[in-house]
Amino acid sequence: MKPSTLLAALAGIVVASLVWAQASTTDEIAKYRAALQDGNPAELWEARGEDLWKQKRGPKQASLERCDLGRGAGVVKGAYAELPRYFAGADRVMDLETRLVWCMVQLQGFNEAEAKKTPFGSGSDRKSDLEALTAYVTSESRGVKMNVALTHPKELEAYRVGEKLFYYRGGTHDFACATCHGEDGKRIRLQDLPNLMTAEGAQKAYTSWPAYRVSQGELRTFEWRLYDCFRQQRFPELIFGSDGAIALTMYLARNANGGVYDAPAIKR
Amino acid sequence: MNPAPWLRALILGGAIAAGCATTAGDKEIADQASTVLKASFKPAGQAGLDRLDQDDTQRACSAAAGKPLPHDVAAQIEQANLATIRYPADGKLIGDWRNGEKIAQEGRGKQFSDDPNGPVGANCYACHQLSKGELSFGTIGPSLYQYGKLRGNSAEVQRYTYGKIFNSEAFAACTNMPRFGYKGILTEQQIKDVAALLLDPASPINQ
Amino acid sequence: MGEPMKIRATLTGDTTEVKVLMNHEMETGQRKDAQGQTIPAWFIQTIGVTWNGKSVLSAQWGPAVAKNPFLSFRFKGGAKGDKIIVRWVDSRGDQRTDEAVIA
Repeated sequence: MKPSTLLAALAGIVVASLVWAQASTTDEIAKYRAALQDGNPAELWEARGEDLWKQKRGPKQASLERCDLGRGAGVVKGAYAELPRYFAGADRVMDLETRLVWCMVQLQGFNEAEAKKTPFGSGSDRKSDLEALTAYVTSESRGVKMNVALTHPKELEAYRVGEKLFYYRGGTHDFACATCHGEDGKRIRLQDLPNLMTAEGAQKAYTSWPAYRVSQGELRTFEWRLYDCFRQQRFPELIFGSDGAIALTMYLARNANGGVYDAPAIKR
Repeated sequence: MNPAPWLRALILGGAIAAGCATTAGDKEIADQASTVLKASFKPAGQAGLDRLDQDDTQRACSAAAGKPLPHDVAAQIEQANLATIRYPADGKLIGDWRNGEKIAQEGRGKQFSDDPNGPVGANCYACHQLSKGELSFGTIGPSLYQYGKLRGNSAEVQRYTYGKIFNSEAFAACTNMPRFGYKGILTEQQIKDVAALLLDPASPINQ
Repeated sequence: MGEPMKIRATLTGDTTEVKVLMNHEMETGQRKDAQGQTIPAWFIQTIGVTWNGKSVLSAQWGPAVAKNPFLSFRFKGGAKGDKIIVRWVDSRGDQRTDEAVIA
C-alpha cells in the first residue's frame, strides 16, 4: 500500500475512533453508573435516618413518629411523592426538609437554628441528621408515582413563583436555571442536562434525588442540589428552607408528576 | 362552524377578560417572585446580594423566557449591548492561544466558593467543543472546532470574535453565553488570548 | 467501634452470595485540606468473613479502596438460617463486627 494511502487510512481510523470514542464516552459512563447501583452507600444514610426517626431525642425526649408529613401523623410511606404541600398548622407550603425541621422543633423541642445547623454533611466528623432523615423518608416513597397537588392557593402560588425563579437571569454570568435546563439533548462537559421544562425531563431528574454523590462521598438532597446550582450560577448563597428553595422545588416536583419515584439513587 | 355573533362576542370577551386577569396575575407573580428571591439568598464569599439585581438585558430576557423573543425587543437588547463593547486601545485583538486554552479549560471564577484572588476562567469547554483532543466538552453552545480555519483571520473576523466574547448579547439577544468583558469576568488580555485560541492558525482548534 | 455495616446473604442453589456495604471514610493519606495540610490516612486494612465459624473470605485492603466500600462475593455452601459474621479492622486499630443470617 502506498505510504500516502496508508496514512489516509490510519487518519480515517483515528478520526473514526475519536468519533466512536465520543459517542461511547457517555455510554460507558452510563454503564459504570448502572454498575454502581448495587451497594449504594445511600443505604447507610437510610439506616441512620430510620434510627433518628424512631429515637427519642431533644428537650422533649420524643421521637419523630408523630410527625405529619402530609398523609397523617407518622405516615412515612408515599409522603415524599406528595411534597411540597401546604400545611395548615404552619400556614406555609413546605418541602420535606422544612417539614422535618418543623417536626424537630414542635415534637422534640429543638430550636430552629439548632435543627438547621448542619444541612449538608461533610465526612464522619460532620454528619447531617437532616440528610439521614431525608434519605429514610424518601426511601419510603420508592416506586410511588409523583403526585404533587396544587389545590391550596398557596401551593399554586409557590408553583408560579418557582416558575418565575426558574427563568430568572442574574449574577455575573446572566445564568438562569433555564440556561442549562431549558432544552432537550444538551450536556455540560460530559454531564447530560435534563430539560426541566418538560414532564419527561422533570420526571427523570426529580425522581433521582436525593442521591449518593460518589465524587462527594455524601448523600445529597434536593435542597443541596438547588444550593449548588446557584453557587455555580455565580449567585449568592441560597438559604436552606427558604421560600425560594421551596418554590423551585414545588415547580420541579409538580412538573415531575406521573414519574415513578426511584431514590435515594447514586450519581457521579 | 362559525359561532353566532353574540356567542363570538361572549367568547372573545371572556378571552380578553381571562387574558387581562392572567396579565395582571402575571405582574403580581413576577413582583412576588422578586420579593421571594431577595429573601431567599444571603451573601457568601465574593457574592453579595447585588448579584441578584437585574440589568435591563437580564430583566427583558427573564420576562421573555419560554416564549419567542419579539423582533423589536431583540433588536433593542442587541443595540444596547453593542454599545458597551470596548476594543483594546492598542488595536491588537489576538493574544496567546496557549493561555487561551488554559482559560477555556478553567471552570473557576466568580463563584462564592472561589478565592477572589484565584484564577478566573471562561469555562468554554462547559458548553463548547474546541480542540479535537479534548473529549470532555459540552453541547449547550455550537462546536467551535476549526473556528478560525472556517472563517479566516481578517480584521472583520477578529473584531466580531473579540466583540462576541466581550458581550455576546450584542449579536444574539438573550443568548445563553455570558458577557465576559462587559461583566468584568475576563480581562482584556484574557479575551485576546481566547480570541487567539479561536483564530490563530497555530491554535489546536484549527488543526 | 466503627459504624454499622449492611450485610445481605442469599442462597441460590448451592452457592451463597454475600453483599456487604461498609461505612468508612477510607482516607488515602494523599489528600490535602483547604489549609494545605495532609489529611491523615485512615482505611480498613483487614477483613474477615466467617460462615458458621469457618472463614470464607479474608482480605487485606489498602488506600486504593473507595470510601463506603461495597464488597460482594460468593462461596459454595451455606443454608438458610446460617450465620455470616463480617469483621473489619482499620489502620487506627478501630474495628467493627456485624452479622447477618443467610436468607
